[in-house]
Amino acid sequence: MSAEPGHGGGGPAAPSVLHLDRLSLSFGGLRALSELDLHVGDEEIVSMIGPNGAGKTTVFNVITGVYRPSSGDVRFAGRPLAGQPPHRIARMGIARTFQSLRLFLNMSVIENVMAATYGNTRAMPWESILRLPRARREERDVRALAEDILSFFGQRLAGYRWDQPAYSLSYANRRRLEIARALATRPRLLLLDEPAAGMNPAETHEITELIARLRDERGVAILVIEHDMHVVSGCSDRVIALDHGVKIAEGGFDEVAGHPAVVEAYMGRDPGALSDAG
Amino acid sequence: MSLDSQPPAAGPQVGADEWVARQAQRREYLPSWLGTGQRWLERVGWWPRLLVVGLAAAALPLLGLGGFQLQVAIDALVIAMLAVGLNIVVGWAGLLDLGYVAFFGFGAYGFALLSSSQIGPNGIHLPTYLSVPIVMVGAAILGLLVGWPSRRLIGDYLAIVTLFFGEAFVEFTNNVAPSVLGGPNGIVGIDPISIFGRQITTNGGYYYLLVAVLVLTMGVLRLLDTSRTGRAWRAVREDPLAAASMTIPVNRVKLMAFAFGAVVAALTGTIFAAQQISVFPTDFDTPILILVYAGLILGGAGSIAGAAAGALVVMVIYDGLLRSPTDSGYLFYGLILLTLVVKLRPWRRLAVVLAATVALGFATHAIAGAISARAVAGGPQSTGWLAAALRDWVIVPADAKVLGNWGYVLLVCLLIALVQVSSRWRTILLPPTICLASFVWETRLAVEPAITRQLMIGAILIVMMNARPQGLLGSRRVEAIT
Repeated sequence: MSAEPGHGGGGPAAPSVLHLDRLSLSFGGLRALSELDLHVGDEEIVSMIGPNGAGKTTVFNVITGVYRPSSGDVRFAGRPLAGQPPHRIARMGIARTFQSLRLFLNMSVIENVMAATYGNTRAMPWESILRLPRARREERDVRALAEDILSFFGQRLAGYRWDQPAYSLSYANRRRLEIARALATRPRLLLLDEPAAGMNPAETHEITELIARLRDERGVAILVIEHDMHVVSGCSDRVIALDHGVKIAEGGFDEVAGHPAVVEAYMGRDPGALSDAG
Repeated sequence: MSLDSQPPAAGPQVGADEWVARQAQRREYLPSWLGTGQRWLERVGWWPRLLVVGLAAAALPLLGLGGFQLQVAIDALVIAMLAVGLNIVVGWAGLLDLGYVAFFGFGAYGFALLSSSQIGPNGIHLPTYLSVPIVMVGAAILGLLVGWPSRRLIGDYLAIVTLFFGEAFVEFTNNVAPSVLGGPNGIVGIDPISIFGRQITTNGGYYYLLVAVLVLTMGVLRLLDTSRTGRAWRAVREDPLAAASMTIPVNRVKLMAFAFGAVVAALTGTIFAAQQISVFPTDFDTPILILVYAGLILGGAGSIAGAAAGALVVMVIYDGLLRSPTDSGYLFYGLILLTLVVKLRPWRRLAVVLAATVALGFATHAIAGAISARAVAGGPQSTGWLAAALRDWVIVPADAKVLGNWGYVLLVCLLIALVQVSSRWRTILLPPTICLASFVWETRLAVEPAITRQLMIGAILIVMMNARPQGLLGSRRVEAIT
């Protein structure tokens, strides 16, 4: 992973992996994102918070090429991403998970992970059919990589589960498998969309530790959308708050969580009114 | 794969995941001893299995197949090849391609043009080792061309667009350049296929050729299925957006599926053309498409062995058994008996229904015969012991056609009622329904095999959908809820 070419683009002074510059996106008259500036540094964990509909997942969709921004610029390791199709952006080193799990449900657990190596392997179909050396070597490497990644999740995705279909996994394990699958694309930046959604407190704690381990042991930068404040406070270097597609606060967790604009976005204009009404 | 016979609750360490997986696995297998056989088969590797099945198929003519049976076997193998190829597009890549038979036609017409006196004063008579590869490459290019505009179409839209393509092929061969393509008269006098300098001219030879090519194709596709390409196809089927986000170029992967499917179809077409010695536009019309799809769905889309097995079953029933009244009689009464034995529980209920059915048949026959001799003047359509057994049981009147038609309408009403009523009424209604069904069978259905076999395939698919939606050899699938 360290063999990645250096960030060639020059760009801003801080070595940022991802850089959104005055990014705007409109759906018809609806302004989903406006003038959003955001950057993620090398091996940095940035959390994005905000109420439902604030535009957090939209940011992911713009970065990964699902939506094309109306204006503004997305740069990854110095290179512009605008107009690139999703699979090429993924191959450049941005991997994501989905809020509403999108596993390959009818494929086995290990195949889910192996499928994500497609862009980083080269063997042509006839090489695979004839089992020529390159196909054999790649298949061996891909399997080893998948096993290595799945082992990263310890007992949760232990060996006996590898050949079971993905639909047989529990909800929490499906979330883990999504992360495993994203890792198999050899990303430099990982976009996690609510990794702790639907998990119990113990599993949430585990996910928090996992996110930190991903950065420490795999060297990826992470941009994570999360509603659970334990996760946000537990792992982030920096927190960004969005509301109505606008960045309303940025900084350390305590700083952002106490920011009046953030409190207002979550609670309404006058938090006192809530307690009065009760 | 720990498959102990313990109930899942017995092990204290069984978690929710493990339990769900075991349940799913249990449902994958056929019931009772069939499932045991299935598990035993799975322990053997895939290629010894394929080889054994191939050798068994090769040994089949030694039992002394007649000319008709051999022709049925060849037709069945052709459809099996097509189903195996269609499985790439439909079963793996999840693209509903209704124009698939056009590639089959392209292969057949391509081979016919390259190996007959159709073009030029002396014709082109390319040797097989040139013509077949040329046709296959051409089919791959055609597959890419058809896939190119339709690669962004999904689901229903793709189905309709490809259906137009399939129909366009039939119209094209019917109307364009009749001096070359022959119009409705097709192309005749096609050279046989020759392998290692030996021409294959007999049906027996083409049977062996088809078995060999089918086994080879299945092996190749199996190797492809477990490669990065196969995984990409299935990932695109499961979730195109997720696949794209995981570095898979969705459009290119879809095009590859189109091309591979087209190549298999075209290869089949070349053998078909050589075996028939002639090609006509009607050989590549919608009925073939329906048969291929019926085979693929019956066998289990997504499974290579399933596609082949399903197509063979469909064709042997459709083309073989349902052509002769006696064979179709065996099939009809056999299926009724089998369904009753499998579905009716407890045994007491089964015995009552069977006894009542037999008694009711003889009783009505006796009464009808006492009233008028004309009412039982006709005999059953089948011959041999089946006819002897049925002679005094099923009523076949002299003017079978009119009464049979009314009986058919009544039968449909009874069947609908049978599905709606409670279990006790169903038991009571079953014997008269079976008697009426036999009456309709002997008076109308067995007389009109061309219509009956269509109905029969439909009925088999309906039963299959309820009993085993994943098909004979397919594996259970869940639909993603998004």
